Amino acid sequence: MTYRLECPVTGYQDTDVVMLAHGSGGESMQKLIAEMYAKAFPYLQSEHDAALINTDRYQLAFTTDSFVAKPPFFPGGDIGSLAVHGTVNDLVMRGSLPHWISVSFILEEGFPMKDLERIVLSIAEASKKAIVRIVTGDTKVIERSHEIPEILINTSGIGAMRDWKVLPEPKNVSVGNKVIVSGDIGRHGMALMSVRNGLELDPPILSDSMPLNEMGRGLYYYNINPNCMRDATRGGVAAVLNEIARSAKLHIRIDEEKVPVADDVRGLAEILGYDPLVLANEGRFVLFVKDEEAEHALEILHKCEGGEHAAIIGEVVGKHEMGLVTAKTLLGSEKPIHMPTGEILPRIC
Amino acid sequence: MCLGVPGKIVTITGVAPFCTAKVNFGGAVKSGISLLACPDAKEGDYCLTHAGSALSVIDEDCARETTELLREYSAL
Amino acid sequence: MKYVTEFRDREVAEGVIREIQKVVLEIKQNPKIHLPIRLMEICGGQTHSILQYGIHTALPKEVEFVHGPGCPVCVTPIETINLALELAKQPNVIFTSFGDMLRVPGSDENMFEAKAKGADIRWVYAPTEAVEIAKQNPDKEIIFFAIGFETTTWPITEALCVAERDSVKNFSILPTMVRVPPALEVILSDPECVIDGILAAGHVCTIMGTEEYEPLVEKYGVPIVVTGFQPVDILNGVLMCLKQIRDSRAEVENAYGWVAKGAGNTVAKALINKFFKVVDRKWRGIGVIPNSGFGLRDEYKHFDAEIKWKHINARKEPEPNKYCGLVLTGKIKPTECPFFRKECSQEHPIGALMVSSEGACAAYYLYNQGTDTDPPPLSPSYGAAKET
Repeated sequence: MTYRLECPVTGYQDTDVVMLAHGSGGESMQKLIAEMYAKAFPYLQSEHDAALINTDRYQLAFTTDSFVAKPPFFPGGDIGSLAVHGTVNDLVMRGSLPHWISVSFILEEGFPMKDLERIVLSIAEASKKAIVRIVTGDTKVIERSHEIPEILINTSGIGAMRDWKVLPEPKNVSVGNKVIVSGDIGRHGMALMSVRNGLELDPPILSDSMPLNEMGRGLYYYNINPNCMRDATRGGVAAVLNEIARSAKLHIRIDEEKVPVADDVRGLAEILGYDPLVLANEGRFVLFVKDEEAEHALEILHKCEGGEHAAIIGEVVGKHEMGLVTAKTLLGSEKPIHMPTGEILPRIC
Repeated sequence: MCLGVPGKIVTITGVAPFCTAKVNFGGAVKSGISLLACPDAKEGDYCLTHAGSALSVIDEDCARETTELLREYSAL
Repeated sequence: MKYVTEFRDREVAEGVIREIQKVVLEIKQNPKIHLPIRLMEICGGQTHSILQYGIHTALPKEVEFVHGPGCPVCVTPIETINLALELAKQPNVIFTSFGDMLRVPGSDENMFEAKAKGADIRWVYAPTEAVEIAKQNPDKEIIFFAIGFETTTWPITEALCVAERDSVKNFSILPTMVRVPPALEVILSDPECVIDGILAAGHVCTIMGTEEYEPLVEKYGVPIVVTGFQPVDILNGVLMCLKQIRDSRAEVENAYGWVAKGAGNTVAKALINKFFKVVDRKWRGIGVIPNSGFGLRDEYKHFDAEIKWKHINARKEPEPNKYCGLVLTGKIKPTECPFFRKECSQEHPIGALMVSSEGACAAYYLYNQGTDTDPPPLSPSYGAAKET
C-alpha cells in the first residue's frame, strides 16, 4: 500500500485476494486475464468466446464455461439448462455448428438427489433442443461448507466451424457496420437479482436463458455473414461493445432509446438504479453486420424464437485507437458507455 | 439524494399503521412496499417509493397541470 | 412508466430548453447580473440525471451547474468507514448496508474486500430487510450502516419502528445520516460563494418540507427551487430559478409539487423526531457542521451500534485531501483537482467522490464533462490479451 503525504487515503493498486469483481465480466476480470492468464498461457485465445483449433482436415471451435448460478432454480430456467446454453452459445458466436458437450459437476455433500436429477433432466432437454450431445463428464463431491449445499457446473464444448467467407471476429468489424441486439436485454440479470434478494416480483421476471443456434443457423443459411457476434453475458451489452471496440480499435455509437428493454425489467432496474446495458443476459447476443445486410439480418432474427424484439441499436462510426463506445442521449448529446467496473451495485441515490 | 420511483398501488394488505402494498412500477410488480408514511394511500393511487417505503402519494392533478404547462413551451 | 415517461419526453424537454434560452437572453440585457450563472444541485441523484441525459450540454453556455455535496456516500468520513469495517469483522456480526457503500475504501480496504476475507456483509434494498435478517438470526448481531440524507432517514426510522414493535434486541444501526440545510448554510455563508441559485433535492423536501429553506433565501438572497429528478423536472427547476434571477427575486418555489408538499410528510417527520435528535456531524472534506446530522435519542441508544461496540477503536484519519472538500462545496470542478483522472480514477479511486456513482468526480469521469468524446485513459497496467 502506498501512502500519499497530502492525502491520507491510501491509493492501493491491486488486491491480495480474489474478489467477486474478478468474475463479473468487467474491468477487473479483463485485467486478471491480461496480466495473469495471458502471460502464463501463451496459446490462450482469450479475445474470443471460443478457441479455434486447426487439425489437418477440420477447423473446430472449443470452449469452456462454468456456472455458479444461485439459486440453482430460477424463473425461466435452472443452472443445468443455463450450463448447456452458455457453452452452445459461445460456439455459435464463434461461428461454429455446436456438436459435443462435456458436463462436470462439483457438488457439496448434502445436495438433494432429487434436485440433481431435476438438473440432469434439464440438461438433457436443453441439449436435445440445442441439437448437441453430452458425450463425457465428471462428478466431484466436496465437503459441506454452506448452510444450503451448492452445485457448480462446468461445461465444455466442441463445434465444427462453418465456412464463412469472412470469419466473424472483432478484427473484421469495420466502419459502417450496423450493431444489432438479438432481443430485449437485462432479463437474466434482473431475474436472478430479484430472486436472490427477495425482491420477488409478481409475475416474476423470467430469465432469457436459451440456445442461440436457431439464430446462428438462420443467419448462415440465408447468407448473412456477420462481421462479429458475441453473446452479452456478464457485464451485459456494455461489456460486449467495449470489448469489441477495444479489440478492433473502433468507435461504436448507439442510440439508447433504440435498445429494447421489457417493461418489467426496466421497472425493476429503475427501482434499483441499474442501467439495463450492464445487466447480464443468457440468450441474447450482439451482432455486427454490413449496412446492406442489416435489415435482412433483422428479419431473420424476428422469425426466430426469442428474437421478436431484435433491433438495430447503432453503428460503427469510425476508428478509435483506444476503442470508444458512446450513446446518444435524450437531448441529443453524446455520452460514453464505459466497460462496467467490477461488481455491479444497486444505488440508493 | 434518492432514487425514488413512482408506482401504482395494486393492493394493500396488513394492519394499520404497518400496511404494505403491492406496487406496479411500470410493469415490475413488487409487494411489501411499506405505507407507514402514507396512511391515507388507497388502491389505485400512485406513490413515490424509496428504499422499500412510500414517501408520498402523487398528486395527480398537480402532475397533470405541470405537464400541460410544460408541454405549452414545446408548442411555441 | 407513468410519472416518469412524461418527464423524459424529448419534445417537452426541448421546449423547456427553448424557454430557458429566452430567459437567458433577457438576463443578459441586465448588466447587473454577473455571468455565468451558477446553479447548484444538492442531490446526487440529480447530478447523475444531469450528466446521464446530457442536460449540462443542452443549456446555454451562460448557465453552469456546480455539483453540491448531495452524495451521502461521498460525505461519510473515512473514520466512519473504518469503524464500519471493524464492526463488520467482529465475530457474530452480520453487517448490512445499501449497495452504494460497499465499494468505498476505508484506510486499508473496502467492504467487498472484507467480505472476500470472510466478514458477513450483505447488501439490502430496504433497511427493514436488515430487521428481518435479525429476526431470522437471533444468535447474531445485525448492524445496518445508516447513511443518507433526510429522505433515507425515513426508511431507516421505519426499520427502528419495526424493531421496536417486534422487540428485536439484536438489531442496531451505525447512524451517520446528514441534513441538507446546514450544509447549504455553510456553502452560502462562505464569502467566496459563487452560487446564484439552488435546485433543492425533491425527495428530501418530500419528507421534510420546505420550511427550513425559507430562512436561507431571506438571509442570502439566493433563489431555491425544489426540483425533481427526471430530465424535464430538472430543466423546469432550472427555468424557475433563472426566472427568479431575471426578476431579482429570491424565494422558495416548488417545481416538484406533485410529489413534495411544503409541509413535507408529517407522519414521517413525527416518527423521525421520535427516534432521532439533531446532532453535530462531521462531513468528509468539509469538517464538522453543527446540527447537520441525526443521532439516536437517549431512550433509543440501545439501537446505536457505536454504543453497543464502544470498545472498538477504529482508525482515525487527519483531514483528507483538501481537494475533495473544494469539489464538494462547488469551489472547484473535479477537473481542477490535480489527482483527477491521474492517481484518482474509477478503477483506483482515492476520494469518495470518485467511488460513489453520484459523486461529482465519478459523474465527470463517467460522462466526460470537461473533455470531448475522448475516453478516459486506461489504467497504466491494462494490456489487451494477445491472440496467437
